[in-house]
Amino acid sequence: MIQVEGLSKKFGGFTAVDNITFSVADKEIVGFLGPNGAGKTTTMRILTSFIAPSAGKATIAGFDVVRDSLEVRRRIGYLPESVPFYSEMRVKEYILFRAKLKGVPAKTRKTRTDEVLERCRVKDVEHKIISTLSKGYRQRVGLAEAIIHNPPILFLDEPTIGLDPHQIKQTRELIKELGQNHTIVLSTHILPEVEMLCNRVIIIHRGRIAAMDKLDNLIKEHRIKLEIKGPLSDIDNALRSIAGVKGISCATEEPWHNLTIEIADEKDQPAGSPANRDIREAIYHKIKDNGWMLREFRSEQSTLEEMFIKITTRE
Amino acid sequence: MKNIFTLTRRELAAYFYSPLAYVIMVAFLIFCGYFFYSSLRWSSDATVLRYVLELIGFTSLIIAPMITMRLLAEEKKSGTLELLMTAPITETEVIVSKYIAALFFFTSLILPTAAYIILLVKWGNPDLGAIISGYVGLICLTGVFLSIGLFVSSLTSNQIVAVIITFILLLIGWVIGYAGEFFQNEMWKSVFKYVGFFDHFDSFRKGLIDSRDLFYCLSTIVFFLFLSSRVLESRRWR
Repeated sequence: MIQVEGLSKKFGGFTAVDNITFSVADKEIVGFLGPNGAGKTTTMRILTSFIAPSAGKATIAGFDVVRDSLEVRRRIGYLPESVPFYSEMRVKEYILFRAKLKGVPAKTRKTRTDEVLERCRVKDVEHKIISTLSKGYRQRVGLAEAIIHNPPILFLDEPTIGLDPHQIKQTRELIKELGQNHTIVLSTHILPEVEMLCNRVIIIHRGRIAAMDKLDNLIKEHRIKLEIKGPLSDIDNALRSIAGVKGISCATEEPWHNLTIEIADEKDQPAGSPANRDIREAIYHKIKDNGWMLREFRSEQSTLEEMFIKITTRE
Repeated sequence: MKNIFTLTRRELAAYFYSPLAYVIMVAFLIFCGYFFYSSLRWSSDATVLRYVLELIGFTSLIIAPMITMRLLAEEKKSGTLELLMTAPITETEVIVSKYIAALFFFTSLILPTAAYIILLVKWGNPDLGAIISGYVGLICLTGVFLSIGLFVSSLTSNQIVAVIITFILLLIGWVIGYAGEFFQNEMWKSVFKYVGFFDHFDSFRKGLIDSRDLFYCLSTIVFFLFLSSRVLESRRWR
Protein backbone atom coordinates (compact mmCIF):
# COMPACT_ATOMS: atom_id res chain seq x y z
CA MET A 1 0.00 0.00 0.00
CA ILE A 2 2.69 2.45 1.01
CA GLN A 3 6.24 2.25 -0.26
CA VAL A 4 8.86 4.69 0.86
CA GLU A 5 12.37 4.63 -0.57
CA GLY A 6 15.24 6.81 0.51
CA LEU A 7 12.95 9.63 1.53
CA SER A 8 14.64 12.79 2.72
CA LYS A 9 13.52 16.30 3.54
CA LYS A 10 15.70 19.26 4.30
CA PHE A 11 14.47 22.62 5.49
CA GLY A 12 17.32 24.97 4.75
CA GLY A 13 20.26 23.45 6.54
CA PHE A 14 18.18 21.25 8.81
CA THR A 15 17.54 17.65 7.82
CA ALA A 16 14.16 16.66 9.15
CA VAL A 17 13.93 13.31 7.41
CA ASP A 18 17.08 11.45 6.52
CA ASN A 19 16.93 8.70 3.95
CA ILE A 20 14.14 6.53 5.33
CA THR A 21 12.87 3.41 3.66
CA PHE A 22 9.91 1.33 4.72
CA SER A 23 6.67 -0.11 3.48
CA VAL A 24 3.21 -0.64 4.85
CA ALA A 25 0.99 -3.48 3.70
CA ASP A 26 -2.73 -3.31 3.17
CA LYS A 27 -4.85 -3.21 6.34
CA GLU A 28 -1.83 -2.93 8.62
CA ILE A 29 -1.85 -0.57 11.55
CA VAL A 30 1.62 0.90 11.78
CA GLY A 31 2.80 3.09 14.61
CA PHE A 32 5.28 5.87 13.98
CA LEU A 33 6.99 6.31 17.24
CA GLY A 34 9.56 8.90 18.06
CA PRO A 35 10.55 11.75 20.32
CA ASN A 36 9.28 15.21 19.50
CA GLY A 37 11.05 16.65 16.51
CA ALA A 38 12.04 13.23 15.19
CA GLY A 39 10.45 13.77 11.80
CA LYS A 40 7.14 11.94 12.20
CA THR A 41 4.91 14.84 11.18
CA THR A 42 7.19 15.79 8.29
CA THR A 43 7.07 12.22 6.99
CA MET A 44 3.29 12.25 7.25
CA ARG A 45 3.10 15.53 5.41
CA ILE A 46 5.14 14.08 2.59
CA LEU A 47 3.00 10.97 2.42
CA THR A 48 -0.22 12.98 2.35
CA SER A 49 1.22 15.04 -0.48
CA PHE A 50 1.21 18.27 1.49
CA ILE A 51 4.92 18.85 0.99
CA ALA A 52 7.36 17.38 -1.47
CA PRO A 53 10.48 15.43 -0.44
CA SER A 54 13.96 16.76 -1.09
CA ALA A 55 15.06 13.33 -2.22
CA GLY A 56 13.70 9.82 -2.50
CA LYS A 57 10.38 8.43 -3.51
CA ALA A 58 7.09 7.52 -1.91
CA THR A 59 4.13 5.78 -3.44
CA ILE A 60 0.67 5.25 -2.04
CA ALA A 61 -1.45 2.52 -3.62
CA GLY A 62 1.00 2.64 -6.50
CA PHE A 63 0.71 6.39 -7.06
CA ASP A 64 3.70 8.64 -6.58
CA VAL A 65 3.06 11.35 -3.98
CA VAL A 66 4.61 14.04 -6.13
CA ARG A 67 3.67 13.05 -9.66
CA ASP A 68 0.21 11.68 -9.02
CA SER A 69 -0.65 13.88 -6.12
CA LEU A 70 -4.36 14.10 -6.92
CA GLU A 71 -4.76 10.34 -7.07
CA VAL A 72 -2.94 9.97 -3.79
CA ARG A 73 -5.14 12.54 -2.11
CA ARG A 74 -8.28 10.78 -3.28
CA ARG A 75 -7.22 7.69 -1.39
CA ILE A 76 -6.13 9.10 1.90
CA GLY A 77 -7.70 10.56 4.99
CA TYR A 78 -5.57 12.82 7.16
CA LEU A 79 -5.95 14.10 10.68
CA PRO A 80 -3.15 16.62 11.32
CA GLU A 81 -1.77 17.13 14.78
CA SER A 82 -3.16 20.63 15.11
CA VAL A 83 -6.70 19.59 14.05
CA PRO A 84 -7.33 22.75 12.04
CA PHE A 85 -10.88 23.84 11.33
CA TYR A 86 -12.88 26.68 9.86
CA SER A 87 -14.07 28.41 12.96
CA GLU A 88 -17.28 29.77 11.56
CA MET A 89 -18.67 26.53 10.16
CA ARG A 90 -21.01 24.11 11.83
CA VAL A 91 -20.06 20.45 12.24
CA LYS A 92 -22.46 18.92 9.74
CA GLU A 93 -21.91 21.75 7.25
CA TYR A 94 -18.17 21.23 7.48
CA ILE A 95 -18.34 17.48 6.96
CA LEU A 96 -20.66 17.95 3.98
CA PHE A 97 -18.25 20.51 2.52
CA ARG A 98 -15.30 18.14 2.85
CA ALA A 99 -17.39 15.28 1.49
CA LYS A 100 -18.12 17.32 -1.63
CA LEU A 101 -14.46 18.20 -2.12
CA LYS A 102 -13.44 14.60 -1.75
CA GLY A 103 -15.88 13.42 -4.34
CA VAL A 104 -18.47 11.62 -2.24
CA PRO A 105 -21.38 11.23 -4.68
CA ALA A 106 -24.37 13.44 -4.01
CA LYS A 107 -26.73 10.52 -3.64
CA THR A 108 -24.91 8.99 -0.71
CA ARG A 109 -23.51 12.16 0.80
CA LYS A 110 -26.18 12.88 3.36
CA THR A 111 -26.49 9.32 4.61
CA ARG A 112 -22.77 8.85 4.70
CA THR A 113 -22.37 12.07 6.70
CA ASP A 114 -24.95 10.94 9.23
CA GLU A 115 -23.27 7.55 9.48
CA VAL A 116 -19.87 9.03 10.08
CA LEU A 117 -21.11 11.59 12.60
CA GLU A 118 -22.79 8.76 14.47
CA ARG A 119 -19.71 6.58 14.40
CA CYS A 120 -17.45 9.31 15.70
CA ARG A 121 -20.00 10.22 18.34
CA VAL A 122 -20.46 13.80 17.24
CA LYS A 123 -24.03 13.51 16.04
CA ASP A 124 -25.35 15.33 19.09
CA VAL A 125 -23.27 18.41 18.27
CA GLU A 126 -23.81 18.41 14.53
CA HIS A 127 -25.44 21.84 14.55
CA LYS A 128 -22.89 23.50 16.75
CA ILE A 129 -20.25 25.87 15.46
CA ILE A 130 -16.90 24.10 15.53
CA SER A 131 -15.08 26.81 17.41
CA THR A 132 -17.46 26.33 20.33
CA LEU A 133 -16.61 22.66 20.76
CA SER A 134 -14.13 21.25 23.23
CA LYS A 135 -10.87 19.78 22.01
CA GLY A 136 -12.15 16.24 22.35
CA TYR A 137 -15.14 16.92 20.16
CA ARG A 138 -13.08 18.81 17.62
CA GLN A 139 -10.71 15.92 17.33
CA ARG A 140 -13.59 13.56 16.70
CA VAL A 141 -14.93 15.92 14.05
CA GLY A 142 -11.48 15.82 12.50
CA LEU A 143 -11.57 12.05 12.53
CA ALA A 144 -15.02 12.09 10.95
CA GLU A 145 -13.67 14.36 8.23
CA ALA A 146 -10.78 11.98 7.61
CA ILE A 147 -13.01 8.95 7.06
CA ILE A 148 -15.93 10.64 5.29
CA HIS A 149 -14.92 9.39 1.86
CA ASN A 150 -13.96 5.94 3.14
CA PRO A 151 -10.32 6.15 2.07
CA PRO A 152 -8.23 2.97 2.04
CA ILE A 153 -5.46 4.69 3.97
CA LEU A 154 -5.64 6.87 7.06
CA PHE A 155 -2.91 9.08 8.46
CA LEU A 156 -3.50 10.04 12.06
CA ASP A 157 -1.04 12.43 13.66
CA GLU A 158 -1.29 12.20 17.43
CA PRO A 159 -5.02 11.41 17.42
CA THR A 160 -5.44 11.18 21.18
CA ILE A 161 -3.31 14.05 22.31
CA GLY A 162 -5.09 16.36 24.70
CA LEU A 163 -8.09 14.13 25.24
CA ASP A 164 -9.40 13.02 28.59
CA PRO A 165 -9.09 9.31 29.51
CA HIS A 166 -12.66 8.58 28.56
CA GLN A 167 -12.31 10.15 25.15
CA ILE A 168 -8.94 8.49 24.65
CA LYS A 169 -10.51 5.11 25.24
CA GLN A 170 -13.31 5.81 22.77
CA THR A 171 -10.97 7.14 20.12
CA ARG A 172 -8.70 4.13 20.44
CA GLU A 173 -11.64 1.78 20.12
CA LEU A 174 -12.71 3.60 17.02
CA ILE A 175 -9.23 3.36 15.55
CA LYS A 176 -9.10 -0.33 16.30
CA GLU A 177 -12.43 -0.77 14.57
CA LEU A 178 -11.25 1.24 11.58
CA GLY A 179 -8.12 -0.88 11.43
CA GLN A 180 -10.18 -3.82 10.31
CA ASN A 181 -11.01 -2.15 7.02
CA HIS A 182 -8.36 0.48 6.49
CA THR A 183 -4.62 0.78 6.41
CA ILE A 184 -3.66 3.11 9.23
CA VAL A 185 -0.46 5.01 9.91
CA LEU A 186 -0.56 6.34 13.42
CA SER A 187 1.98 8.80 14.72
CA THR A 188 2.32 9.13 18.44
CA HIS A 189 4.61 9.30 21.39
CA ILE A 190 2.16 7.65 23.73
CA LEU A 191 3.67 4.20 24.04
CA PRO A 192 0.73 2.31 25.54
CA GLU A 193 -1.28 3.46 22.53
CA VAL A 194 1.17 1.78 20.19
CA GLU A 195 1.11 -1.40 22.24
CA MET A 196 -2.66 -1.37 22.16
CA LEU A 197 -3.32 -0.56 18.54
CA CYS A 198 -0.42 -1.33 16.25
CA ASN A 199 0.76 -4.49 14.57
CA ARG A 200 4.05 -2.93 13.60
CA VAL A 201 6.19 -0.18 14.94
CA ILE A 202 8.60 2.17 13.23
CA ILE A 203 10.76 4.09 15.63
CA ILE A 204 12.02 7.34 14.17
CA HIS A 205 14.80 9.28 15.80
CA ARG A 206 16.47 12.40 14.43
CA GLY A 207 14.99 11.80 11.00
CA ARG A 208 16.19 8.23 10.68
CA ILE A 209 14.54 4.92 11.31
CA ALA A 210 16.03 3.59 14.51
CA ALA A 211 14.04 0.39 14.66
CA MET A 212 11.32 -1.21 12.63
CA ASP A 213 9.64 -4.45 13.51
CA LYS A 214 6.53 -6.26 14.53
CA LEU A 215 5.59 -5.24 18.01
CA ASP A 216 6.19 -8.66 19.49
CA ASN A 217 9.65 -8.89 18.05
CA LEU A 218 10.60 -5.54 19.44
CA ILE A 219 9.69 -6.31 22.99
CA LYS A 220 11.58 -9.49 23.33
CA GLU A 221 13.92 -8.75 26.11
CA HIS A 222 13.16 -10.83 29.08
CA ARG A 223 14.44 -10.47 32.54
CA ILE A 224 14.44 -12.74 35.53
CA LYS A 225 14.20 -11.15 38.93
CA LEU A 226 15.43 -13.06 41.95
CA GLU A 227 15.51 -12.34 45.61
CA ILE A 228 18.17 -14.69 46.85
CA LYS A 229 20.30 -15.25 49.95
CA GLY A 230 23.83 -16.47 49.68
CA PRO A 231 27.41 -15.51 48.88
CA LEU A 232 27.14 -12.98 46.09
CA SER A 233 30.23 -13.81 44.09
CA ASP A 234 29.37 -17.52 44.01
CA ILE A 235 25.86 -16.78 42.91
CA ASP A 236 27.13 -14.40 40.29
CA ASN A 237 29.58 -16.89 38.84
CA ALA A 238 27.09 -19.73 38.87
CA LEU A 239 24.44 -17.79 37.11
CA ARG A 240 26.74 -16.25 34.54
CA SER A 241 27.81 -19.73 33.53
CA ILE A 242 24.32 -20.46 32.23
CA ALA A 243 24.09 -20.04 28.48
CA GLY A 244 21.83 -17.19 27.51
CA VAL A 245 22.50 -15.05 30.55
CA LYS A 246 23.57 -11.66 29.25
CA GLY A 247 24.12 -9.74 32.41
CA ILE A 248 23.41 -9.61 36.08
CA SER A 249 22.84 -6.58 38.18
CA CYS A 250 22.34 -6.56 41.86
CA ALA A 251 20.91 -4.48 44.65
CA THR A 252 21.56 -5.73 48.11
CA GLU A 253 19.47 -5.37 51.21
CA GLU A 254 21.36 -7.53 53.66
CA PRO A 255 21.17 -10.47 53.65
CA TRP A 256 18.97 -10.63 50.56
CA HIS A 257 20.23 -9.82 47.11
CA ASN A 258 17.84 -8.51 44.49
CA LEU A 259 19.22 -9.79 41.23
CA THR A 260 18.10 -8.79 37.78
CA ILE A 261 19.26 -11.26 35.19
CA GLU A 262 19.14 -10.10 31.61
CA ILE A 263 18.43 -12.80 29.10
CA ALA A 264 19.87 -12.52 25.64
CA ASP A 265 17.51 -12.14 22.69
CA GLU A 266 17.13 -15.29 20.71
CA LYS A 267 19.18 -13.82 17.92
CA ASP A 268 22.03 -12.99 20.30
CA GLN A 269 22.39 -16.58 21.44
CA PRO A 270 25.58 -18.36 20.47
CA ALA A 271 25.09 -20.84 17.72
CA GLY A 272 24.25 -24.28 18.92
CA SER A 273 22.40 -23.36 22.08
CA PRO A 274 18.92 -24.77 22.21
CA ALA A 275 16.80 -21.79 21.18
CA ASN A 276 13.69 -22.72 23.09
CA ARG A 277 15.34 -23.84 26.23
CA ASP A 278 13.77 -22.29 29.17
CA ILE A 279 16.49 -20.59 31.08
CA ARG A 280 14.38 -20.50 34.17
CA GLU A 281 14.82 -24.25 34.62
CA ALA A 282 18.57 -23.89 34.43
CA ILE A 283 18.55 -21.09 36.97
CA TYR A 284 16.36 -23.07 39.29
CA HIS A 285 18.68 -26.04 39.12
CA LYS A 286 21.70 -23.93 39.90
CA ILE A 287 20.01 -22.44 42.92
CA LYS A 288 18.78 -25.80 44.14
CA ASP A 289 22.13 -27.46 43.65
CA ASN A 290 23.85 -24.78 45.67
CA GLY A 291 21.20 -24.66 48.34
CA TRP A 292 20.73 -20.91 48.32
CA MET A 293 17.60 -19.51 49.89
CA LEU A 294 15.12 -18.03 47.42
CA ARG A 295 12.08 -15.95 48.18
CA GLU A 296 11.16 -14.41 44.83
CA PHE A 297 11.51 -15.64 41.29
CA ARG A 298 9.70 -13.90 38.48
CA SER A 299 10.17 -13.12 34.83
CA GLU A 300 9.55 -9.76 33.29
CA GLN A 301 9.20 -8.58 29.77
CA SER A 302 10.73 -5.26 28.94
CA THR A 303 8.16 -2.65 28.06
CA LEU A 304 8.08 -0.73 24.86
CA GLU A 305 8.98 2.30 26.88
CA GLU A 306 12.27 0.81 27.96
CA MET A 307 13.03 -0.31 24.41
CA PHE A 308 12.15 3.09 23.10
CA ILE A 309 14.37 4.95 25.54
CA LYS A 310 17.16 2.50 24.96
CA ILE A 311 16.95 2.86 21.20
CA THR A 312 16.60 6.58 21.12
CA THR A 313 19.43 7.29 23.49
CA ARG A 314 21.81 5.00 21.77
CA GLU A 315 23.25 7.73 19.59
CA MET B 1 -15.56 22.86 -11.89
CA LYS B 2 -17.69 21.35 -9.18
CA ASN B 3 -14.92 21.93 -6.70
CA ILE B 4 -14.68 25.60 -7.62
CA PHE B 5 -18.37 25.96 -6.93
CA THR B 6 -18.10 24.22 -3.55
CA LEU B 7 -15.06 26.24 -2.55
CA THR B 8 -16.56 29.55 -3.68
CA ARG B 9 -19.72 28.89 -1.70
CA ARG B 10 -17.76 28.21 1.44
CA GLU B 11 -15.57 31.26 0.93
CA LEU B 12 -18.58 33.52 0.43
CA ALA B 13 -20.21 32.12 3.52
CA ALA B 14 -17.01 32.81 5.42
CA TYR B 15 -17.09 36.42 4.25
CA PHE B 16 -20.65 36.99 5.35
CA TYR B 17 -20.18 35.31 8.71
CA SER B 18 -17.46 37.73 9.62
CA PRO B 19 -18.45 40.98 11.33
CA LEU B 20 -15.65 42.74 9.46
CA ALA B 21 -17.61 42.31 6.25
CA TYR B 22 -20.50 44.33 7.58
CA VAL B 23 -18.26 47.02 9.00
CA ILE B 24 -16.66 47.39 5.57
CA MET B 25 -20.05 47.45 3.88
CA VAL B 26 -21.42 50.15 6.09
CA ALA B 27 -18.31 52.31 5.88
CA PHE B 28 -18.16 51.89 2.13
CA LEU B 29 -21.78 52.82 1.60
CA ILE B 30 -21.52 55.83 3.86
CA PHE B 31 -18.65 57.15 1.75
CA CYS B 32 -20.45 56.36 -1.48
CA GLY B 33 -23.54 58.12 -0.25
CA TYR B 34 -21.52 61.18 0.59
CA PHE B 35 -19.81 61.17 -2.79
CA PHE B 36 -23.16 60.91 -4.51
CA TYR B 37 -24.51 63.80 -2.51
CA SER B 38 -21.51 66.09 -3.09
CA SER B 39 -21.30 65.23 -6.78
CA LEU B 40 -24.90 66.24 -7.21
CA ARG B 41 -24.07 69.60 -5.64
CA TRP B 42 -21.24 70.15 -8.11
CA SER B 43 -22.96 69.18 -11.27
CA SER B 44 -26.52 68.42 -12.06
CA ASP B 45 -26.06 67.25 -15.59
CA ALA B 46 -26.07 63.83 -17.14
CA THR B 47 -22.44 63.23 -16.22
CA VAL B 48 -22.91 63.31 -12.48
CA LEU B 49 -22.33 59.63 -11.98
CA ARG B 50 -18.96 59.92 -13.67
CA TYR B 51 -17.59 61.82 -10.70
CA VAL B 52 -19.26 59.53 -8.22
CA LEU B 53 -17.72 56.53 -9.86
CA GLU B 54 -14.28 58.07 -9.84
CA LEU B 55 -14.56 58.60 -6.13
CA ILE B 56 -15.94 55.12 -5.58
CA GLY B 57 -12.95 53.85 -7.56
CA PHE B 58 -10.57 55.46 -5.10
CA THR B 59 -12.53 54.05 -2.22
CA SER B 60 -12.32 50.56 -3.61
CA LEU B 61 -8.56 51.05 -3.75
CA ILE B 62 -8.71 51.17 0.03
CA ILE B 63 -11.40 48.52 0.45
CA ALA B 64 -9.93 45.88 -1.86
CA PRO B 65 -6.92 45.07 0.33
CA MET B 66 -9.26 44.57 3.25
CA ILE B 67 -11.34 42.15 1.26
CA THR B 68 -8.42 40.03 0.14
CA MET B 69 -6.17 40.12 3.18
CA ARG B 70 -7.60 37.05 4.82
CA LEU B 71 -7.98 34.87 1.73
CA LEU B 72 -4.79 32.87 1.97
CA ALA B 73 -3.01 34.42 4.91
CA GLU B 74 -5.60 33.09 7.32
CA GLU B 75 -5.54 29.57 5.91
CA LYS B 76 -1.83 29.47 6.41
CA LYS B 77 -1.92 30.88 9.87
CA SER B 78 -4.73 28.67 11.19
CA GLY B 79 -3.36 25.53 9.57
CA THR B 80 -6.48 24.89 7.51
CA LEU B 81 -4.29 25.03 4.41
CA GLU B 82 -2.92 21.66 5.46
CA LEU B 83 -6.37 20.12 5.23
CA LEU B 84 -7.28 22.07 2.13
CA MET B 85 -4.27 20.99 0.14
CA THR B 86 -4.52 17.35 1.19
CA ALA B 87 -7.96 17.12 -0.39
CA PRO B 88 -8.08 16.13 -4.07
CA ILE B 89 -8.26 19.67 -5.44
CA THR B 90 -5.79 21.70 -7.45
CA GLU B 91 -4.16 24.97 -6.49
CA THR B 92 -5.83 26.61 -9.47
CA GLU B 93 -9.25 25.62 -8.16
CA VAL B 94 -8.40 27.14 -4.80
CA ILE B 95 -7.15 30.42 -6.27
CA VAL B 96 -9.98 30.84 -8.74
CA SER B 97 -12.64 30.10 -6.15
CA LYS B 98 -11.17 32.56 -3.67
CA TYR B 99 -10.98 35.20 -6.34
CA ILE B 100 -14.54 34.70 -7.49
CA ALA B 101 -15.75 34.88 -3.91
CA ALA B 102 -13.89 38.16 -3.37
CA LEU B 103 -15.30 39.61 -6.58
CA PHE B 104 -18.82 38.49 -5.68
CA PHE B 105 -18.43 40.04 -2.29
CA PHE B 106 -17.33 43.35 -3.77
CA THR B 107 -20.22 43.29 -6.21
CA SER B 108 -22.61 42.81 -3.32
CA LEU B 109 -20.99 45.84 -1.69
CA ILE B 110 -21.82 48.13 -4.58
CA LEU B 111 -25.26 46.65 -5.22
CA PRO B 112 -26.96 49.10 -2.85
CA THR B 113 -25.60 51.98 -4.95
CA ALA B 114 -28.24 50.99 -7.47
CA ALA B 115 -30.39 53.21 -5.30
CA TYR B 116 -28.53 56.21 -6.71
CA ILE B 117 -29.31 55.15 -10.24
CA ILE B 118 -32.96 54.70 -9.37
CA LEU B 119 -33.05 58.16 -7.86
CA LEU B 120 -31.38 59.67 -10.92
CA VAL B 121 -33.72 57.92 -13.28
CA LYS B 122 -36.73 59.06 -11.30
CA TRP B 123 -35.73 62.65 -10.91
CA GLY B 124 -33.51 63.30 -13.87
CA ASN B 125 -32.41 62.21 -17.26
CA PRO B 126 -29.20 60.30 -16.84
CA ASP B 127 -27.16 58.74 -19.58
CA LEU B 128 -27.84 55.11 -18.78
CA GLY B 129 -25.23 53.82 -21.19
CA ALA B 130 -22.52 55.77 -19.42
CA ILE B 131 -23.76 54.53 -16.07
CA ILE B 132 -23.63 50.92 -17.13
CA SER B 133 -20.19 51.22 -18.66
CA GLY B 134 -19.06 53.11 -15.59
CA TYR B 135 -20.08 50.26 -13.34
CA VAL B 136 -18.50 47.72 -15.67
CA GLY B 137 -15.32 49.76 -15.41
CA LEU B 138 -15.57 49.87 -11.65
CA ILE B 139 -15.94 46.12 -11.39
CA CYS B 140 -13.08 45.51 -13.83
CA LEU B 141 -10.83 47.92 -12.00
CA THR B 142 -11.60 46.46 -8.62
CA GLY B 143 -11.16 43.04 -10.19
CA VAL B 144 -7.59 44.06 -10.86
CA PHE B 145 -7.16 45.28 -7.27
CA LEU B 146 -8.54 42.05 -5.88
CA SER B 147 -6.24 39.91 -7.99
CA ILE B 148 -3.24 41.83 -6.70
CA GLY B 149 -4.56 41.50 -3.15
CA LEU B 150 -4.98 37.76 -3.54
CA PHE B 151 -1.43 37.47 -4.79
CA VAL B 152 -0.05 39.35 -1.81
CA SER B 153 -2.19 37.27 0.55
CA SER B 154 -0.63 34.16 -0.92
CA LEU B 155 2.82 35.41 -0.02
CA THR B 156 2.34 35.87 3.70
CA SER B 157 0.61 34.33 6.67
CA ASN B 158 0.12 37.67 8.38
CA GLN B 159 -3.05 39.52 7.40
CA ILE B 160 -1.78 42.92 8.49
CA VAL B 161 1.29 42.59 6.32
CA ALA B 162 -0.94 41.50 3.44
CA VAL B 163 -3.25 44.48 3.72
CA ILE B 164 -0.42 47.00 3.99
CA ILE B 165 1.61 45.63 1.10
CA THR B 166 -1.45 45.36 -1.13
CA PHE B 167 -2.37 48.92 -0.35
CA ILE B 168 1.14 50.13 -1.16
CA LEU B 169 1.15 48.25 -4.44
CA LEU B 170 -2.22 49.65 -5.42
CA LEU B 171 -1.09 53.16 -4.56
CA ILE B 172 1.95 52.68 -6.75
CA GLY B 173 -0.30 51.45 -9.52
CA TRP B 174 -2.40 54.55 -9.21
CA VAL B 175 0.45 57.03 -8.99
CA ILE B 176 2.47 55.44 -11.74
CA GLY B 177 -0.06 56.60 -14.28
CA TYR B 178 0.83 60.17 -13.45
CA ALA B 179 4.57 59.47 -13.43
CA GLY B 180 4.37 59.66 -17.18
CA GLU B 181 4.04 63.42 -16.88
CA PHE B 182 7.69 63.67 -15.90
CA PHE B 183 8.87 62.45 -19.24
CA GLN B 184 9.21 64.54 -22.38
CA ASN B 185 9.39 61.46 -24.51
CA GLU B 186 5.93 60.58 -25.82
CA MET B 187 6.63 56.88 -25.73
CA TRP B 188 7.53 56.79 -22.05
CA LYS B 189 4.56 58.96 -21.27
CA SER B 190 2.21 56.49 -22.85
CA VAL B 191 3.92 53.46 -21.30
CA PHE B 192 3.41 54.83 -17.82
CA LYS B 193 -0.10 55.92 -18.59
CA TYR B 194 -0.92 52.43 -19.81
CA VAL B 195 0.48 50.71 -16.75
CA GLY B 196 -1.39 52.96 -14.35
CA PHE B 197 -4.85 51.97 -13.22
CA PHE B 198 -7.01 54.99 -13.56
CA ASP B 199 -6.36 55.84 -17.12
CA HIS B 200 -8.23 52.71 -18.08
CA PHE B 201 -11.03 53.53 -15.75
CA ASP B 202 -11.51 56.88 -17.46
CA SER B 203 -12.94 55.61 -20.71
CA PHE B 204 -15.38 53.35 -18.89
CA ARG B 205 -16.67 56.30 -16.98
CA LYS B 206 -17.12 58.33 -20.11
CA GLY B 207 -19.39 55.69 -21.50
CA LEU B 208 -16.83 53.98 -23.65
CA ILE B 209 -16.17 50.28 -23.28
CA ASP B 210 -12.83 50.07 -24.97
CA SER B 211 -11.49 46.63 -25.75
CA ARG B 212 -7.99 47.81 -24.89
CA ASP B 213 -9.09 48.62 -21.37
CA LEU B 214 -10.94 45.33 -21.04
CA PHE B 215 -7.86 43.54 -22.25
CA TYR B 216 -5.69 45.37 -19.76
CA CYS B 217 -7.97 44.40 -16.89
CA LEU B 218 -8.39 40.80 -17.96
CA SER B 219 -4.73 40.21 -18.63
CA THR B 220 -3.66 41.79 -15.35
CA ILE B 221 -6.18 39.68 -13.44
CA VAL B 222 -5.10 36.49 -15.17
CA PHE B 223 -1.46 37.36 -14.57
CA PHE B 224 -1.86 37.83 -10.85
CA LEU B 225 -4.08 34.78 -10.47
CA PHE B 226 -1.45 32.77 -12.29
CA LEU B 227 1.24 34.10 -9.98
CA SER B 228 -0.86 33.32 -6.92
CA SER B 229 -1.38 29.77 -8.10
CA ARG B 230 2.33 29.35 -8.62
CA VAL B 231 3.13 30.74 -5.20
CA LEU B 232 0.68 28.30 -3.65
CA GLU B 233 2.26 25.43 -5.53
CA SER B 234 5.75 26.48 -4.59
CA ARG B 235 4.92 26.17 -0.92
CA ARG B 236 5.17 22.44 -1.33
CA TRP B 237 8.78 22.60 -2.27
CA ARG B 238 10.03 24.93 0.37
